[in-house]
Amino acid sequence: MRIEEHPILGTFEKGNKIQFTFDGQSMEGFEDEPIAIALRSNGVLIHRYTTRRNEPRGMFCAIGRCTDCIMVVDGKPNIRTCVEPLKAGMKVETQHGNGPDLSGR
Amino acid sequence: MRRCEMVCIGAGPAGLAAAVEAARNGVDVVVYDENERPGGQLFKQIHKFFGSREHRAQERGFDIGNSFLTEARELSVEVSLNSVVLGIYENGALNVMIRDRIEQVKAEKTLVATGASENMIPFPGWTLPGVIGAGAAQTMANIHGIRPGNDILMVGSGNVGVIVSYQMIQAGARVAAVIDAAPKIGGYAVHAAKIARVGVPFFMSHTIKEARGKERVEGATIIEVDDNWNPLPGTEKQFEVDTVCIAVGLNPATQLIRMAGCKMANSPVLGGQLPAHDLNQETSIKGLYVAGDASGIEEASTAIIEGRIAGLAIANSLGYLDDSAFLSARDEQLQSMVGMRSGSHGEVRAKAKEYLNTMMEER
Repeated sequence: MRIEEHPILGTFEKGNKIQFTFDGQSMEGFEDEPIAIALRSNGVLIHRYTTRRNEPRGMFCAIGRCTDCIMVVDGKPNIRTCVEPLKAGMKVETQHGNGPDLSGR
Repeated sequence: MRRCEMVCIGAGPAGLAAAVEAARNGVDVVVYDENERPGGQLFKQIHKFFGSREHRAQERGFDIGNSFLTEARELSVEVSLNSVVLGIYENGALNVMIRDRIEQVKAEKTLVATGASENMIPFPGWTLPGVIGAGAAQTMANIHGIRPGNDILMVGSGNVGVIVSYQMIQAGARVAAVIDAAPKIGGYAVHAAKIARVGVPFFMSHTIKEARGKERVEGATIIEVDDNWNPLPGTEKQFEVDTVCIAVGLNPATQLIRMAGCKMANSPVLGGQLPAHDLNQETSIKGLYVAGDASGIEEASTAIIEGRIAGLAIANSLGYLDDSAFLSARDEQLQSMVGMRSGSHGEVRAKAKEYLNTMMEER
């Protein structure tokens, strides 16, 4: 779903092509683009499942406001993937509920 | 604690215009923005702006954004990104979270230019992946170069709805329909005509009944409404779409303004509860200014003018610009605002702005 040639904008400047994983599966994206953009270009729309009703949620506002797109990134939950830049080797995972408890309690 | 002459919160059109105008007159300016990139929503505006040449009409938003950034750089304006202003306290004190550290700042003058976020309407299926804000669709296509979906239903026929519909077509998507509960198209005729010409149907007096799908949007159902907005059973229409875009207005980001304790007033036309402010864009709290969508939902071009006025007023109150130079520069800006707030769409906003000015005088 990437736009190859835009009538007004031409081509899009992107970082290097890199590899990351989504739920263990290897995927390609561009360095420093938002994680959510790389996922969507790979056809991934579901970012998380809600705590109580286990409903799927995905990208909604795309500017870091609504927090619907949060995922577990490199083991850390609640990362807003629509604004978090993608890095090579990143481990991106679907978040279930509040994600892993890192509080140590 | 860091001391500044002027802090701008938000590096969108209003914040950048204010920063540039103030810096040009000698003010030391720091701009904080929570995002990775400056420009606010300017860089996703790929259509040509309206108005006369002095309003940068015929220019596209991203070109305006780039020229502001160049100007800001030349004037040594510091633009601090990934910087979230957490709070505004008494006497110009601010807390700013820059990445993972907190900085305390004391500003002689503060401009809040925090913009707005998108409104939503709830309906069955509205949380499904594939239901997105129209602004989100614009961000995906025009900033990140990705088509949000292949078949789109646009809910809302205001300027955002019709402009983004056209931009989705430019991005290679099909727009199945534009619907609006109102009986008339809300956006400018020229934008609506562009999508009508390429065959996009408009369904006025229709609302969305449901987005269908198990794990993502697989279709949508719309339904006609009567004069009292009640759905009329039996008038449902189905669309095979993978994406539903919601374009039902914007909500001013007034959290910081309210936290600071500014006097607020209600203006439905401009987006709800808003800070009362005077002709200099100054709020009921001395030294605290507002500009752009956070002071009432309008357009990028009006946000730029408001920003310029605030920048000039701040330069004046800090002693960098004498009264007569300030007043003539401000009048020039106010004069060009008259043009932006005329016509059937603009006059309503002009009145609403006057009301916010009046509420200021009653403090």
